[in-house]
Amino acid sequence: MRRRIEMGFRFDLLVFTLAVLAAPALSDLIISKVDRRIDLTSQIVRITSTLKVENAGSEVVSEVLLAFPEVQAKNLAHLVATTSEGKGKVKSSAVSLPIKVVNPKGMPAALIFYAVSLPKGLGKGDSFTFDVLAVFTHALRPFPEKITQADIQLVVFQDSAHYLTPYTVKVQLLNVKLPDARIESFMKIENTKIQGSEIKYGPYENLPSFSYSPIVAHFESNQPFAVAEELVREIEISHWGNVQITEHYKLVHGGAQSKGEFSRLDFQARPNIRGASAFRNLLARLPPRAHSVYYRDEIGNISTSNLRSDSKKTELLIEPRYPMFGGWKTAFTIGYGLPLKDFLFASEGKRFLNITFGSPMNELIIDNLIVKVVLPEGSADISVSAPFPIEQSQETKVSHLDIAGRPVAVLQKTNVVPELNQYFQVHYKFNSLSMLREPLMLIVGFFCLLLLWEEVLATIQQIQNIVNRCLTTHDKLEASLRDLSRTGDVQACKATRKSADALLKELSKELKPLLAFLQSSSTAAQILPKVEELVTKEKELQEKVMAKHSTVVDCYEKKTGVRDIESRIALQQQKITALRQEVDNLLDIIDEI
Amino acid sequence: MVGKTEPVNGSVKQAAMPSSSSNPSRSDLLTSTFSLKSLKLKTKQQELLIRVSILCLVYILAFITRLFSVLRYESMIHEFDPYFNYRTTLFLTQKGFYEFWNWFDSESWYPLGRIIGGTLYPGLMVTAALIYWTLRLLRFAVHIREVCVLTAPFFASNTTLVAYFFGKEIWDSGAGLVAAALIAICPGYISRSVAGSYDNEGVAIFALLLTFYLFVKAVNTGSLAWALASAFGYFYMVSAWGGYVFIINLIPLYVLVLLITGRYSMRLYVAYNCMYVLGMLLAMQIRFVGFQHVQSGEHMAAMGVFFLMQVFYFLDWVKYMLSDTKMFQDFLRITVTCAVVAGAIALGVGTASGYISPWTGRFYSLLDPTYAKDHIPIIASVSEHQPTAWSSFMFDFHILLFLFPAGLYFCFKRLSDATIFIVMYGLTSMYFAGVMVRLILVATPAVCLISAIAVSATIKNLTSLIRTKSKTALTTSTKGSSGSKASSKASLDQSQPFQKNGAIALLFGAFYLLSRYVSHCTWVTSEAYSSPSIVLAARGAHGRVIFDDYREAYFWLRQNTPPDAKVMSWWDYGYQITAMGNRTVIVDNNTWNNTHIATVGRAMSSYEDEAYEIMRSLDVDYVLVVFGGVTGYSSDDINKFLWMVRIGGGVFPVIKEPDYLVNGEYRVDKGAAPKMLNCLMYKLSYYRFGELVTEYGKPSGYDRARGVEIGNKDIKLEYLEEAFTTSNWIVRIYKVKPPKNRW
Repeated sequence: MRRRIEMGFRFDLLVFTLAVLAAPALSDLIISKVDRRIDLTSQIVRITSTLKVENAGSEVVSEVLLAFPEVQAKNLAHLVATTSEGKGKVKSSAVSLPIKVVNPKGMPAALIFYAVSLPKGLGKGDSFTFDVLAVFTHALRPFPEKITQADIQLVVFQDSAHYLTPYTVKVQLLNVKLPDARIESFMKIENTKIQGSEIKYGPYENLPSFSYSPIVAHFESNQPFAVAEELVREIEISHWGNVQITEHYKLVHGGAQSKGEFSRLDFQARPNIRGASAFRNLLARLPPRAHSVYYRDEIGNISTSNLRSDSKKTELLIEPRYPMFGGWKTAFTIGYGLPLKDFLFASEGKRFLNITFGSPMNELIIDNLIVKVVLPEGSADISVSAPFPIEQSQETKVSHLDIAGRPVAVLQKTNVVPELNQYFQVHYKFNSLSMLREPLMLIVGFFCLLLLWEEVLATIQQIQNIVNRCLTTHDKLEASLRDLSRTGDVQACKATRKSADALLKELSKELKPLLAFLQSSSTAAQILPKVEELVTKEKELQEKVMAKHSTVVDCYEKKTGVRDIESRIALQQQKITALRQEVDNLLDIIDEI
Repeated sequence: MVGKTEPVNGSVKQAAMPSSSSNPSRSDLLTSTFSLKSLKLKTKQQELLIRVSILCLVYILAFITRLFSVLRYESMIHEFDPYFNYRTTLFLTQKGFYEFWNWFDSESWYPLGRIIGGTLYPGLMVTAALIYWTLRLLRFAVHIREVCVLTAPFFASNTTLVAYFFGKEIWDSGAGLVAAALIAICPGYISRSVAGSYDNEGVAIFALLLTFYLFVKAVNTGSLAWALASAFGYFYMVSAWGGYVFIINLIPLYVLVLLITGRYSMRLYVAYNCMYVLGMLLAMQIRFVGFQHVQSGEHMAAMGVFFLMQVFYFLDWVKYMLSDTKMFQDFLRITVTCAVVAGAIALGVGTASGYISPWTGRFYSLLDPTYAKDHIPIIASVSEHQPTAWSSFMFDFHILLFLFPAGLYFCFKRLSDATIFIVMYGLTSMYFAGVMVRLILVATPAVCLISAIAVSATIKNLTSLIRTKSKTALTTSTKGSSGSKASSKASLDQSQPFQKNGAIALLFGAFYLLSRYVSHCTWVTSEAYSSPSIVLAARGAHGRVIFDDYREAYFWLRQNTPPDAKVMSWWDYGYQITAMGNRTVIVDNNTWNNTHIATVGRAMSSYEDEAYEIMRSLDVDYVLVVFGGVTGYSSDDINKFLWMVRIGGGVFPVIKEPDYLVNGEYRVDKGAAPKMLNCLMYKLSYYRFGELVTEYGKPSGYDRARGVEIGNKDIKLEYLEEAFTTSNWIVRIYKVKPPKNRW
């Protein structure tokens, strides 16, 4: 309980400082009515205020200042002011008003100011009504900060019962909505009512500017305190019809830290009592027609997920590997593909991608969100337009079959809440023809490889043909020799010899360029020695056959005896047959290759 | 394949009909010698085409049959050791080779650490990294995990190619094809090479077979080039797996056998010397091997044979120079005695001075299967080091077990240098396969090759029998009969119908057996060998139930413990914890320091307060135990516990095995030994288990893995607290509490 007292003391101090610093009203605006609704049902705190401002001064006023204490402003994730023209009911015509940070002089230093520009200046006595939605992250502080598995998780929320503003307020109301669970305590000041899980403060009337009356609510909250410390979303566009989204989450349970034992037995037996603050699953609402959904982490696929889809949406229910207790961390990746035509459009010769910025997860706080839009290789003229300010940079990613890499537009934003899950656009120029580059590259690559080999094969075939023709010429010579022995017609034999000579010479001429080609080609390296051997062997054979032929013819001319001739050519014949055998063998071997 | 269109058409037409019968009819049409020759080429081309397409199919089959695990589960790394290999590969690809080579890993063996670069075989990691870098260079943006997962199937495919060439070398191309087909789907090999089984063996079997093939080729040709190639194959094998010791002992043995059988030749001399000298020098470049290659007892045989070879060659030369046989005999006697004495003295002095280290325990346990059980419990405790049961032979080899002796018969019938090699390889590896279950892997290629010879030779004989019948019938009708030939043909004709039918029946039988083999292999692969063992699957009432508890626990460790936390667990899980949990472990699967493992075993088997002291001294922050009592998962720590006691007791005699047994029986129920009921392992496994009802109709605390109600249901932990238990209680993690304040 000592902590409790301390906390109270801190509040007093804050009030004191504020009171000292309080300066007189800024302008002549007064707020005639403030209706504030604080929604504490989830870990994201949403404060909706309906303000009615009235110009009591004489000058035309075009800006209204909103003030937040520094502690709160640090956690402010989203601030939007809308005006609903025509009395409340018709919400569709809501127009959002531009907001910017201002630093007016003479204001307390512990306050941060935002200026809402009004659509038209307020003249004297005019009044204007608008809504302000402020979304805060990390505004609920777990107290106690460490709990055991059996304890319930209690959180503290603190704010002011009075609307903190530089203007005087005539009437104000505050409505705090708590989750349907135990309320440990809340601060009672005048005019406090409690209705179920709602606490009502007010109405308070005629409050001076910068009046501050701290309120504290201490209550049980078992909503999932899922905080993504970092989320990297990669959106990769393929013009073949797919947008691939990969989201890398680093998740932590941002509620009360767990201490002491974790008992699986207790958790299994009574999960709602022993482990009420832990969350088991998360729901991601993916766009319709999402396909090829996966859910994995660094060490593999996680099998505990569930996918439901219909024409309107795709719901992915994922369960981390273990139940998430306070302070426990996990990291995982989900990925899915989306049809390109739902998200990519063309305008004025440019293409633009229109896709949501944030995470599809329900009620998730993202401390640091990095969105990377990976455009196809060859995209140019990249520009990003987003409905809120973001840090932008560019990088390149090298992926499948890239040469220069794909341009990546990197967008970064801290403190992201589901309200920021809005559409943003990436414009770029891309030539449809370069889409065909990668497949063409593959085809050409394979083709070249095959072609080269094919050419080598064809050349070898040609060489074989030539060698075969040489061999047939040899056969012809042999035949002429046989004729010679039968008829003794030396002249005819010589004629054959001449023609054969010419033919062989021609063939060897033909052979030369083919061999040169083989030598130059690297694919033929393994087969080349054999071919060369074949050619040399063939040459040798040629010479031998010629020699034999001339010997025989000579013999006939000198009219030597048949026996003598045979004995003279026997050795040559032997060599010829051996060589012939070798050439045949080589042909076979080359064939096999 | 074929350049011109015309021959393709011709070959297609021919393929449609039986080629032998088509030959005569075709030759009528084609008269010139030239076209006859081209026809002959075409049949050859046909055969080539068929052979190449069969090889391609086998190549693809070998790859895809190993993808069952990816389809059933996911693309993930399996088992234990592959996680280490994956982790080191990741390191290699991220930090580069030099960092990898000099890596001192402080995340394992705390507080000792491990010099990774000097204590691993880098072949696998370097191979995977090279594949990865090549793919990256070609701009295929693959993840290193995918490369690692598919490395083993890829190398299995390559092994089929090597098997083909090997078969072709030792027998003929038919046997090569059959060998390729057999080895592509043989369960004995698949067990270590499914997708995801990223282990040394996946690459090493390829390297082993390649080395053998190249060596046989070198012996057959006597070519220095082939011998060089085999030395490089050996280098790759040494870089990949400790099983290279098998090569460096088998090859000398083979050389010795050739010497004894009088088959010494110059070819052998060139092949062996080149392979040994160069292989040795190369192998010494691997840091883990280093000077062991010339100093340790396991490598002495190779060196001895090397010197013997020189002596042999020297004697051969002297014999050639000396014409006098008597003088040569004397010279022979003197030289042999001198050589033997010199060798013995060198060996003796080397051993005595410690220069030559004695055989390691692992090597001993191969030669004497009972050795490990008595002396090195850490080797005996691994299930894959158990002697092989007959059933697992049958399971892994199926019909090859019967074809193996038949193949041996064919080999003996046609003895050559190559067949002698394959016979020796087959017989020795079969012996080793009998000693240790995991060595079935080494025997598989030999068994496949020898069986392939049997299949190929048998089928060839049978088909030729059927074919010659038709041919002889043709020739007898055309040529007519003459003299004695006619009578023999007549007798052949008489036996023809019976023989022919018999041959056909036998062919069908062979076909049936082979198809049984295929279906058996597919079944075994899909049912038994494709489980990653990280993710457990069971058949439940609503289809398949997946237990992903290991990864749940490891991921919890990774995310929710301090980055420098030290985790104590039994060594089996060490690699997985470092790889998936990214936390420091005390011991892991490397088992290089028995004392350290024994310390962990001692902590697990002590009382909690004693264990706390040990854990404090080891800086342990978390203790991880595996417990199967809820799911009925039987390979949990309680079932491994006796090994922890034995290994712990081997170093610390305070731990006595009988303390944990009751009448020599190991129990966990009420009748268990008191020390058992109160030791750390029991407490951690069964903490709060007594309150859980696991099975309907059974009392609370019913252990489904052992089928008993536990004996100690009221477990209080004093020094530890439950930090995390997975959803099916398979992994339980406890946090060691900081010491209490002393004041």
